[in-house]
Amino acid sequence: MDSFPILSLITFLPLVGVAFILLIRGDEFTVARNARWAALWTSLATFVISLLLWFNFDKSTADFQFVERFEWLPSLNISYHMGIDGISLFFVILSTFLTPICVLSSWKAISSRVKEYMIAFLVLETMMIGTFAALDFVMFYIFFEAVLIPMFIIIGVWGGPRRVYAAFKFFLYTLAGSVLLLAALLTLYFEVGTTDIPTLIAYAVPPEMQTWLWLAFFASFAVKMPMWPVHTWLPDAHVEAPTAGSVILAGVLLKMGGYGFLRFSLPMLPIASDLFVPLVYTLSVIAIIYTSLVALAQEDMKKLIAYSSVAHMGFVTIGIFTATQQGIDGALFQMLSHGVISAALFLCVGVVYDREHSREIAHYGGLVERMPRFAFVFHGLHARFDRIAGDEWVRRRIPYSCRSIPGQHLGGLFGINGRDPWCRLHALSVSACHFRQAGQGASQADYGSGAPGDRDFCTVDRAGDLDGYLARSIPECF
Amino acid sequence: MIELAIFLPLIGGVIAGVFGTRMGDRASQLVTTVPMLIAATLSCYLLWDVGLQGNERTIQLFTWIDSGALELNWALRFDTLTAVMVFVVNVVSSMVHVYSIGYMSHDAHKPRFMAYLSLFTFFMLSLVTADNFVQMFFGWEGVGLMSYLLIGFWHDRPSANAAAIKAFVVNRVGDFGFMLGILGVFFVFGTLDFDAVFKAVPDVAGQSFEFLGMDVDILTTICLLLFIGAMGKSAQIGLHTWLPDAMEGPTPVSALIHAATMVTAGVFMVARLSPMFEFAPIALSVVVLIGGTTAFFAATIGLTQHDIKRVIAYSTCSQLGYMFFALGVGAYPAAIFHLMTHAFFKALLFLGAGSVIHGMDDEQDMRKMGGLFSKMKVTAVLMWIGSLALAGVPFFAGFYSKDMILESAFAAHTGLGMYAFWAGIAAALMTAFYSWRLLFLTFHGRTRADDHTFDHAHESPPVMIAPLLVLALGAVFSGYLAKEYFVGHDMNEFWGGSILMLHNIIEEAHHVPFWVKKLPILVGVIGIFAAFVMYILKPNWPAAFVARIRPVHTFVYNKWFFDELYDRVFVRPSFVLGRGLWKSGDGAVIDGVGPDGIAAATRNLAGRASRLQSGFVYHYAFAMLIGLVLLATWFLFGFFR
Repeated sequence: MDSFPILSLITFLPLVGVAFILLIRGDEFTVARNARWAALWTSLATFVISLLLWFNFDKSTADFQFVERFEWLPSLNISYHMGIDGISLFFVILSTFLTPICVLSSWKAISSRVKEYMIAFLVLETMMIGTFAALDFVMFYIFFEAVLIPMFIIIGVWGGPRRVYAAFKFFLYTLAGSVLLLAALLTLYFEVGTTDIPTLIAYAVPPEMQTWLWLAFFASFAVKMPMWPVHTWLPDAHVEAPTAGSVILAGVLLKMGGYGFLRFSLPMLPIASDLFVPLVYTLSVIAIIYTSLVALAQEDMKKLIAYSSVAHMGFVTIGIFTATQQGIDGALFQMLSHGVISAALFLCVGVVYDREHSREIAHYGGLVERMPRFAFVFHGLHARFDRIAGDEWVRRRIPYSCRSIPGQHLGGLFGINGRDPWCRLHALSVSACHFRQAGQGASQADYGSGAPGDRDFCTVDRAGDLDGYLARSIPECF
Repeated sequence: MIELAIFLPLIGGVIAGVFGTRMGDRASQLVTTVPMLIAATLSCYLLWDVGLQGNERTIQLFTWIDSGALELNWALRFDTLTAVMVFVVNVVSSMVHVYSIGYMSHDAHKPRFMAYLSLFTFFMLSLVTADNFVQMFFGWEGVGLMSYLLIGFWHDRPSANAAAIKAFVVNRVGDFGFMLGILGVFFVFGTLDFDAVFKAVPDVAGQSFEFLGMDVDILTTICLLLFIGAMGKSAQIGLHTWLPDAMEGPTPVSALIHAATMVTAGVFMVARLSPMFEFAPIALSVVVLIGGTTAFFAATIGLTQHDIKRVIAYSTCSQLGYMFFALGVGAYPAAIFHLMTHAFFKALLFLGAGSVIHGMDDEQDMRKMGGLFSKMKVTAVLMWIGSLALAGVPFFAGFYSKDMILESAFAAHTGLGMYAFWAGIAAALMTAFYSWRLLFLTFHGRTRADDHTFDHAHESPPVMIAPLLVLALGAVFSGYLAKEYFVGHDMNEFWGGSILMLHNIIEEAHHVPFWVKKLPILVGVIGIFAAFVMYILKPNWPAAFVARIRPVHTFVYNKWFFDELYDRVFVRPSFVLGRGLWKSGDGAVIDGVGPDGIAAATRNLAGRASRLQSGFVYHYAFAMLIGLVLLATWFLFGFFR
């Protein structure tokens, strides 16, 4: 399996479909029909092939798998490097799973410029998969930013009445973060001399630099996530986007922020990640409470789901920055379940919107009489969204992982260092072994002394641990 | 083999839920009810095997979650406490299943109803068989979900939907406490397995952490948080408001979920966690306080209600208060004993009320009943039995368990114990009064129903009466048969290691003064007699009495204005706040300063800049001149410096 470039195949297969669609000629009706079918078959094929990743995935190793590496820009030390681990596997499959659903849901809902619409979605799929599979920072950056283009077009062309406003808001918000991400990318490149992600993870970045890099990463990923207070693009984008656009937006695009935190911020910049934990927690807690209250006041179904997505993502960021295995597992689980469930909820809203052309909650009532099966699904999804064991459980263990804010924060607060249970916990803590030191009572000063050149702070195998335990443990959650 | 007692309801429920509409009403009734009956039989065996033979065991099923320090197995823990609960749940549930066949015979959605009932039973069973906190929480949330679905079963009634949402939301408040409690346990103990936690409790007892400059006891905090969860589920004062409204659900649901099983989950939880609560005396005091207050408070409301189901609902609330103050004084066996007897007689009362409602063409207002004894003799007799048991009349089930609780409260010899004792005595008086008020208003005296309804009032079919008979057997005999095991000589062997009591209060309760033992019976008789006078001998007295104490009655009749208070304090402010944050927070501040503000500023700036492009050559020449002067100045002075 190793020799076969499966990741490149699923990444670029949608572009092959695009080429086919571009070749379609004929009257408007024929073009629309063939474009739909071509898009459906392409995305289905991509999904089926991506399942091969799942079946051939080796859960026992922490290394990147299905790795492909070719020289790309040898003079700049930039290569074409693809590969996935336990984190990206699920996001790749989530992307390939949602795209055919989006194509199907747009089957009748989109009647103008069908060809262009399908092309936009297939390009979007390529970019999404590429984002999750790239192992070179430059490649990641290109894919990550290129996602914006088809999404901008989808909202701006096929969206609702305020689509232009929403599309620009979405675009500018995200782009503002991207500039800083690019600056961080360049800084890292000049510091390390490569953009290869595994190498970057293994490299110990000096602490002062970490702070600035972390903030730059944060600016980009926090907007994508979105975290409070840079979340206001999301409700507008969701409301104006066509149903399938909302599905992808909620299902995949929001997860890119979380993925970025997991892939870049935490393993590359462990010291800064630790330093900024209070900031992240504060913003996340505000997001959870604030947007939940705002969601309570909504009259538009899509806005309600959008705001609650922001709240859910708040849990995800808390989970990620606990830097404990439970916290990160929980965050991943939450992202995946949110990716499926919120996507499905937007589809449900799309179903009723297509029939009634209203998203006002007050407009409906008694739907169960006419659409019992739909009502069951909608109800069930809402229940999943809000409670019930699996999802709920995950959400619950994230907050308690909060205690693994390094010792100096909470250990003091609870004053039971004597039988500190977190020592055990931190022994298992992930990406950064400095958390372990913190748990054992190391003070901030220890970071200073041990930080810059000390490989022990973020050694290769430590960083590998992050992926390793994820690769091993996530499938068992199901 | 014994796992079947837990999983048969799941299987039946899933089959009826998935294939119900295709295989028809009768088949889905059979496919849920028959497994339930088998499960009930198995749980009788289980109680015998575990409780009487002492074969406690834990059956490991599979690994559930393995993530870092968190390792959870799905295991079925069968000790005596669980066996009692499984017995109660399965027996009552199977009877409710049978009853529902008759009660729901006119409903269009029978398969859905049966499936919900069975699934509820499964979740309740997984709650009581839990071997760790999270498994318990799974069942806890599951029963909450099924309760929500069943309260809102008649989804075309707005009041049912509102009640369902209310039950759901109020329970979330409790769950919030429960969750924090679980997180606290994991935080302190590093594990969530019951056995491991219980073993470590004595080491943690007495330790404290600093919070806002105060030293707070760890174990007390955790126990109080867990107790908030119990308060929500068991409808204790403050979080009780959902229970009366939950009566919007079909009556079998009220009997099963909102009387016999789900609402007792909080009692079960505290008893299960007795090894933790025993080391947190302050938490136990709070339990006593809340329990005693609820017992009294709910009973007062029960005196004034007119809806037959609401009277029984407040009675349930009040009886749960008894169980809690029993837990609080450390008399866990007495609380579980009362839980069991209460399950029988309260389910009997609810199903009997359902039988009345069924026969009266869905009338629930007792003011429109009366004189029904002649029409439905069996139901009336069975309701009498249930009320006798509830009022604690000697030799009925409630007599043994309620007396035990009151004696334990007295024997505690603490201020709060005495408070609970007297609150319990007062509640016992009111319980007897409102029970007989219900009986007299419903079955005796002259009818107040309109002629048509009264003429058509009829006894329920055998399929509804048979379960009532079984429950009546429980209401009559369960106290007498079980008292030696639950709270008598065989107590220690019976409970085994499932309950920890540092201090054997049950033993002391057997040696309280004579008057303490007899007082509950006395007040019960007084209550019954008072009801007889008020509603049979002098039927115009109640109205006259109410007129004299109008303000008090208004206060009590409106349920102490809890709903109005919560609406003003929590519900409306939340909506106002949410709206405010949306419009001014998101709209004015974030968007106004952020994207929209920047866009406006850019446009403004661009407008000014474009005004510079005036098109007049002398403007440009002037600008060039200024620039030239500035440059020259800079070069001249900058260069020489």
